[in-house]
Amino acid sequence: MPSDQPIVVISKSGSKRWVSAADPAARKLGLRIGMAASKAQAVIAGLTMIDADPAADAAALERLTLWALKQYSPVVAVDGTDGLVMDTEGADHLRGGETLMITGLVNLLRGKGLTVRAAVSDTWGASHAITRLVSAETTIVPIGGVSKAVVGLPIQCLRLPPDTIHGLRVLGVETVGELSAMPRAPLTLRFGLEVGRRLDQIFGRVAEPIEPLRTPELVEVSRNFQEPIGAADTIAKYIGKLVIQLSAKLEERGLGVRRSDLVIHRVDNTRQSVRAGLQKPVRDPRRLTKLLCDQIEKIDPGFGIEKMILVAVMVEPLEERQVTSSLIEEEVVDVTPLIDVLGNRGQRLYRLTPVASDVPERSVRRISPVADETGADWAVKWPRPSRLFAHPEQIETLAVLPDQPPVVVTWRGKRRSIVRADGPERIFGEWWLRPREMEAVRDYFVVEDEQGERLWVYRAGDGVDLSTGSHRWFLHGIFG
Amino acid sequence: MPRAYYTRVIDDLRQRIAHLEGAASRKAVVLPFGIPEMDDRLPGGGLSFGAIHEIAGGGAGTVDGAAAALFAGGIAARAKGKVLWCLTRPDLFGPALSQAGLHPDRVIYCEADREEDVLASMEEGLSFGGLAAVVGELVRLPMTQSRRLQLAAEKTGTMGLIVRRWRRQSEASDFGNPSASTTRWRISVLPSEPLPTVGVGRARWLAELMRVKAGECAEFELGACDAKGRVCLFPVSGDGSDTQAWRGSRAI
Repeated sequence: MPSDQPIVVISKSGSKRWVSAADPAARKLGLRIGMAASKAQAVIAGLTMIDADPAADAAALERLTLWALKQYSPVVAVDGTDGLVMDTEGADHLRGGETLMITGLVNLLRGKGLTVRAAVSDTWGASHAITRLVSAETTIVPIGGVSKAVVGLPIQCLRLPPDTIHGLRVLGVETVGELSAMPRAPLTLRFGLEVGRRLDQIFGRVAEPIEPLRTPELVEVSRNFQEPIGAADTIAKYIGKLVIQLSAKLEERGLGVRRSDLVIHRVDNTRQSVRAGLQKPVRDPRRLTKLLCDQIEKIDPGFGIEKMILVAVMVEPLEERQVTSSLIEEEVVDVTPLIDVLGNRGQRLYRLTPVASDVPERSVRRISPVADETGADWAVKWPRPSRLFAHPEQIETLAVLPDQPPVVVTWRGKRRSIVRADGPERIFGEWWLRPREMEAVRDYFVVEDEQGERLWVYRAGDGVDLSTGSHRWFLHGIFG
Repeated sequence: MPRAYYTRVIDDLRQRIAHLEGAASRKAVVLPFGIPEMDDRLPGGGLSFGAIHEIAGGGAGTVDGAAAALFAGGIAARAKGKVLWCLTRPDLFGPALSQAGLHPDRVIYCEADREEDVLASMEEGLSFGGLAAVVGELVRLPMTQSRRLQLAAEKTGTMGLIVRRWRRQSEASDFGNPSASTTRWRISVLPSEPLPTVGVGRARWLAELMRVKAGECAEFELGACDAKGRVCLFPVSGDGSDTQAWRGSRAI
């Protein structure tokens, strides 16, 4: 469908057919949401009209919510008919902070052809209001800044029934700030409890827990406590019991868990969650328990925990394999348990692998620590320094051009006379990666000073032609 | 009293001491250097598994730790299995480790933001049990932490290698403070092996065994790790003359 053609979605309520959504092209031509379908047709000849399908919309939103549950946070739910709400506390750092998390989310969904607005704030109500009524694509409300952010917003954002909104409008109330300044008792008398409750929710005066989305295929076990628990040992004990139940359930279905969430309900009706990710599907209770118990210190039990739920959010098929024990073959130790433990603590784990490039800093690439072993090794047989600087440091030298090694090197204020040297090893720029390197050349030398310190220095340029480089000298690494 | 009696008493005492020292001495598995002069100086005839070994650089090497890292890499290369390398400053160059015999498939790097995380990762790696060696690059190593690492290593028989790297040369005096490590080495660079022609020959190191449990200190002049991670011994300084001057100019 060409994008410049106006399209509207038509909903039916009773016998009335009206425009429930319009694309930018249609809005530009004067179509508005809520307009009668016949009127819209009269305004634009040959308007493309699509009948609304609320069931399909809801199903699509649920699919999106499930995807967000696996990607972003353990507590995700559908919000109304057109949004989703996530509890991102303690989950944003995995995406590099709140700003990166929501801009990434918005960009990702825009890439899929969706128009999205996202907001992060202290309360569900405020986020709901801001995403629907602020035109900015992403908004982050700082902690404690909710009341300032929502006072100016119109009262439609309060999730109140339409006739209540209409009644408030009749009274002359337009914004959230005006409504919150009114005395509460007459409001309640006239409109019921709902107005006060929604106001308290938007300002965070009453808690509004998010009931996370769950589907039948999600493997979940839970435990209620008669007396609230709080001690670390007790939590660990019950994590162990839940993990054993979960593993039994997973075993019935032949699944292994890749990501599991422990959701903790406290007695004051708030929730916390702890997430454990694994490199490969696992259902070994010992390993799962260790990963979850490792994070007990992140749990704040407050006045006590009354319920714990353990969910396997991401599962993958895991077949039992027969292990043959051979005395002759060398035992290969699987290090994934260790990698999982360290990875869940937030350490960056990787292996290095060779890249076919002569430029030293590009010859190394980081790969997943559990990636298949290729056996590849660096082909270069020239000595390479054990420490390589991320940014080569400029040095002062005395050297005969074009191809003699330096006689004196001054680095960080220390002057060294060079006794021995090897080189040059000429490395050409990779013009197929960067056009600027079309003619670039580096001449590398191994130099050794009187004390035996061996340095890896290079000259930018071939020593003759200035178009190949600046002819300045740099220190790039230190040999052992 | 007869001489045989003394021997028996001493043997008995030795056994009792070994019993006190715990599981590490009972396992007593070592990784020899393959150089008799070095292995004789080490109890058990080599670097013991299930123990912590500290390695620092000398001179400028206290900051860059280039030679110390290669020495540790060579030791890890000669042990069998995977190696966990914990660090905070990711300036280690993979091809150099590969040239010291440590294939890139064998090394898992664990990069942390804080020293405490390096210690925690090392402890986790040592108590995991399936690794050949755990290498950690650390600035500070307090007694308590080194004791924890030593205990974790004793439990599983994994070798722990600690490359000490300071921010400034003057901070390296910290290396004198006590720790629970079994051996303590200082690897300083020496002028390379002289070649009959112009060029840089095999790198040479002065390896000072500064401390060893149940052993005596020693100094060796070594040829740097070859492609299998082996070092070799140079009995006499190649050019003979200038090591004395060089020692005088060292910062520590």
